[in-house]
Amino acid sequence: MDSGSQLLTDIISTVEFNHTGELLATGDKGGRVVIFQQEIENKNQPQFRSEYNVYSTFQSHEPEFDYLKSLEIEEKINKIRWLPQKNAAQFLLSTNDKTIKLWKISERDKRPEGYNLKEEDGRYKDPNAISGLRVPVLIPMDLMVEASPRRVFANAHTYHINSISVNSDDETYLSADDLRINLWNLEITDRSFNIVDIKPANMEELTEVITAAEFHPLQCNTFVYSSSKGTIRLCDMRASALCDRHSKLFEEPEDPSNRSFFSEIISSISDVKFSHNGRYMMTRDYLSVKIWDLNMENRPVETYQVHEYLRSKLCSLYENDCIFDKFECCWNGNDSVVMTGSYNNFFRMFDRGQRRDMTLEASRENSKPMQVLKTRKVCAGGKRKKDEISVDSLDFNKKILHTAWHPQDNIIAVATTHNLYIFQDKVN
Amino acid sequence: MAGADGDDSLYPIAVLIDELRNEDVQLRLNSIKKLSTIALALGVERTRTELLPFLTDTIYDEDEVLLALAEQLGNFTMLVGGPEYVHCLLPPLESLATVEETVVRDKAVESLRKISQEHSPVDLEVHFEPLVKRLASGDWFTSRTSACGLFSVCYPRVSSTVKAEIRQHFRTLCSDDTPMVRRAAASKLGEFAKVLELDYVKSDIISLFTALASDEQDSVRLLAVEACVSIATLLPQEDLESLVMPTLRQAAEDKSWRVRYMVADKFSELQKAVGPEITKNDLVPAFQNLLKDCEAEVRAAAANKVKEFCENLPEENREQIIMTHILPCVKELVSDTNQHVKSALASVIMGLSTILGKDNTIEHLLPLFLAQLKDECPEVRLNIISNLDCVNEVIGIRQLSQSLLPAIVELAEDAKWRVRLAIIEYMPLLAGQLGVEFFDEKLNTLCMAWLIDHVYAIREAATCNLMKLVEKFGAEWAQNTIVPKVLGMANDPNYLHRMTTLFCINALSEACGQDITTKQMLPVVLKMSNDQVANVRFNVAKSLQKIGPVLDSNALQTEVKPVLEKLATDTDMDVKYFAQEAISEMLFVVSS
Repeated sequence: MDSGSQLLTDIISTVEFNHTGELLATGDKGGRVVIFQQEIENKNQPQFRSEYNVYSTFQSHEPEFDYLKSLEIEEKINKIRWLPQKNAAQFLLSTNDKTIKLWKISERDKRPEGYNLKEEDGRYKDPNAISGLRVPVLIPMDLMVEASPRRVFANAHTYHINSISVNSDDETYLSADDLRINLWNLEITDRSFNIVDIKPANMEELTEVITAAEFHPLQCNTFVYSSSKGTIRLCDMRASALCDRHSKLFEEPEDPSNRSFFSEIISSISDVKFSHNGRYMMTRDYLSVKIWDLNMENRPVETYQVHEYLRSKLCSLYENDCIFDKFECCWNGNDSVVMTGSYNNFFRMFDRGQRRDMTLEASRENSKPMQVLKTRKVCAGGKRKKDEISVDSLDFNKKILHTAWHPQDNIIAVATTHNLYIFQDKVN
Repeated sequence: MAGADGDDSLYPIAVLIDELRNEDVQLRLNSIKKLSTIALALGVERTRTELLPFLTDTIYDEDEVLLALAEQLGNFTMLVGGPEYVHCLLPPLESLATVEETVVRDKAVESLRKISQEHSPVDLEVHFEPLVKRLASGDWFTSRTSACGLFSVCYPRVSSTVKAEIRQHFRTLCSDDTPMVRRAAASKLGEFAKVLELDYVKSDIISLFTALASDEQDSVRLLAVEACVSIATLLPQEDLESLVMPTLRQAAEDKSWRVRYMVADKFSELQKAVGPEITKNDLVPAFQNLLKDCEAEVRAAAANKVKEFCENLPEENREQIIMTHILPCVKELVSDTNQHVKSALASVIMGLSTILGKDNTIEHLLPLFLAQLKDECPEVRLNIISNLDCVNEVIGIRQLSQSLLPAIVELAEDAKWRVRLAIIEYMPLLAGQLGVEFFDEKLNTLCMAWLIDHVYAIREAATCNLMKLVEKFGAEWAQNTIVPKVLGMANDPNYLHRMTTLFCINALSEACGQDITTKQMLPVVLKMSNDQVANVRFNVAKSLQKIGPVLDSNALQTEVKPVLEKLATDTDMDVKYFAQEAISEMLFVVSS
């Protein structure tokens, strides 16, 4: 498909693997969720290559109208989070700007057969001809995957929801908007507790908003939230009911040599993710990815430059609004590699142990199925080598904001504006 | 013909069976609720061999349907052929017990518990216990959580080998990987402990209890607090100190406020369970700490328990303990920064007067009551006012009335209508306690003012209030004090106030009696049938219908009927409608 014929509603807005990696969910601007399932035959074979096929598609959110404020509420799915599996069905939370929904995805492979009063095709039998009672029996049928909304968590956010995160207790989750974070119980839709409120008494004093929030993967009482000013606050829900006072504040002092008009804007954190082992967290600001040790608040332990060559282009990026793009980031299963997206359909990987980084491209021209990806390089200035691409030729409309890494294997999902790419580490 | 008769009786059942598969969930629900009818028609054998297998596999239905099914199956023993065959009900209930919807699972477990009683001890071991084992070792969290609810019902009646297996399963679930399962185990710990032999309680349960009370998940630890109460009641007094108290002390000082909250919430039960000696030595200091906790939610929960805790202290030292240890904390709470804490305290603090007696109340408690009566938060003031009867018993309400009246007036005029509503609801109670003279002197004007409040809910509540006052003080009092004022409103330029007159008449006519209603109220109502505003006129029709039963038939015929007939020809549709309604109702009354 060429880019011209794509519907705007197909813009992918979130990507998330479930806890086993067997399922991959994507949400799009049109409010739809598409779930892919990994083909798991031959997993132990050396030539194993996973394929992800469409498993279920459903409309999660519809556009709505807020009558009180005369505003449209977009149906775009901002985030999807899977719940740990508790029985044969799968559950996920999906949210747009205002409403969070819990969806159940279940399989059905049997159907009932046998009516008393009519034939299977619907024609009614003669009522006088009924001589006995017939109990329906269940017969096998083709697998059908059904998605049904189980809970709707609405009316708790004045501002736009940017994050949802499920607690390790399997019972509660948080939702965060620009100024508030609410705690919900998965079973209760008509009440939520407000645990963080940074709205100032006088809105004119507003200088900072919440950009992302996440629960610690193991400690049920800990969560973090990041701000537009580049700070991350860690809160302990045990200490008090209202977590307005943080337990820890993570902030790196600014490098005075890099100060510019755009410093504050590019310091805004667009994503925060805990490592799987719960000892570190990663933050993404406009130009870099930082890894923080939860025990050290005054600076990150590692910093990786995603596209430093853009630092001299901030002015034009401000003019075309790209400076406000919100990139996400993710860890691999054993927390040794981190990944994030960039422009021109490039995405970057940083191997923490081996201190290596890689730039790869997700595009049809550069990736044929089953072919190894070539690494890419951007030339910041001076003589451009063959195979390199110059900064000025980068296409800023082709941005990779959403990426996800399989929880165990080296399989990644990368979303360009309209397409989803799934890459796998090459097998030997 | 015999065949035709057979068809007739089968037809409705056939419909019900077919509707089990209908697209409309209400029809499926209806069929499930009539499952016993279907089973009766099929007979026990077909129920066992055909109906139950079908139900076992159709568990992907709506929650309501599954819930109804789980409930039905709990009563199906006779329909499958009696206790001999009751185990046939286990497969469908087993699959319902794995559903993710908690209410359905809980109902399935409830039904399983019910039918377990109908299993013979042999069947219990052959069928029921294996089900429990399967659920307990199931892959899904949901089946393991359901298993937790079934151990206690099968344990008592099985052999000792099986008992050992059950204990082992429970132990395993208490240390399950998933918090959900550990929570289920923790919440059933007390119940399981009750059916175990005392030795096993000491050896097994205590270690499980201690482990759960130190779980890393807050949600598990706080459930252990609840279990604490049950376990403490089972153990002999001398073992409590070593086996239970260390864990309880730990919980009362837990880092998580939610666990401390739980301790505060269960404090009275804990007090009863541990007995007076431990209460004196351990619980009193623990209670003090909870009253001074840094988290307001915990202080509020503890404040709520002040009266109950004090009441349940052993008599001999009670007063001394309260005066030395509890009262100082209570005094601090009166000026707490958090309004919910103060409000919680206000709802129970008055109860202390009966415990401490007249002198202590006057010296120590009265200042606290008065301070809370002047609190800036309306809820605090309301809670004091609603509990005046306790104080009345001990020192008489006159002591408070000086401060009471300004407080009542302020609440009655609060800007928030819900606050005004709350005080109206206490008015009959207050009137009863303060007496009719006090009421006439001070509160009458308030009650009348409410009748013309801007908010309809207030006017409505005020009307109801008047009715209750008339019931308390009598028709003669009503005639002298309130009826004239109510009827006076019939001439008010605001139509809403004129309507309020009608609503009052509706409410008061019965309490006031035929005489007052006929001689004083009826003329006013009839006069308003000529009102300019249609809303008033149709309410006249409604009023006449309402007060009709109180009037005598003469008045009905000569005065009411003509007016209603005139209203039935009114230009306004609603007036005509209500007038006709009233007429048809009255005709019925008159003719009978």
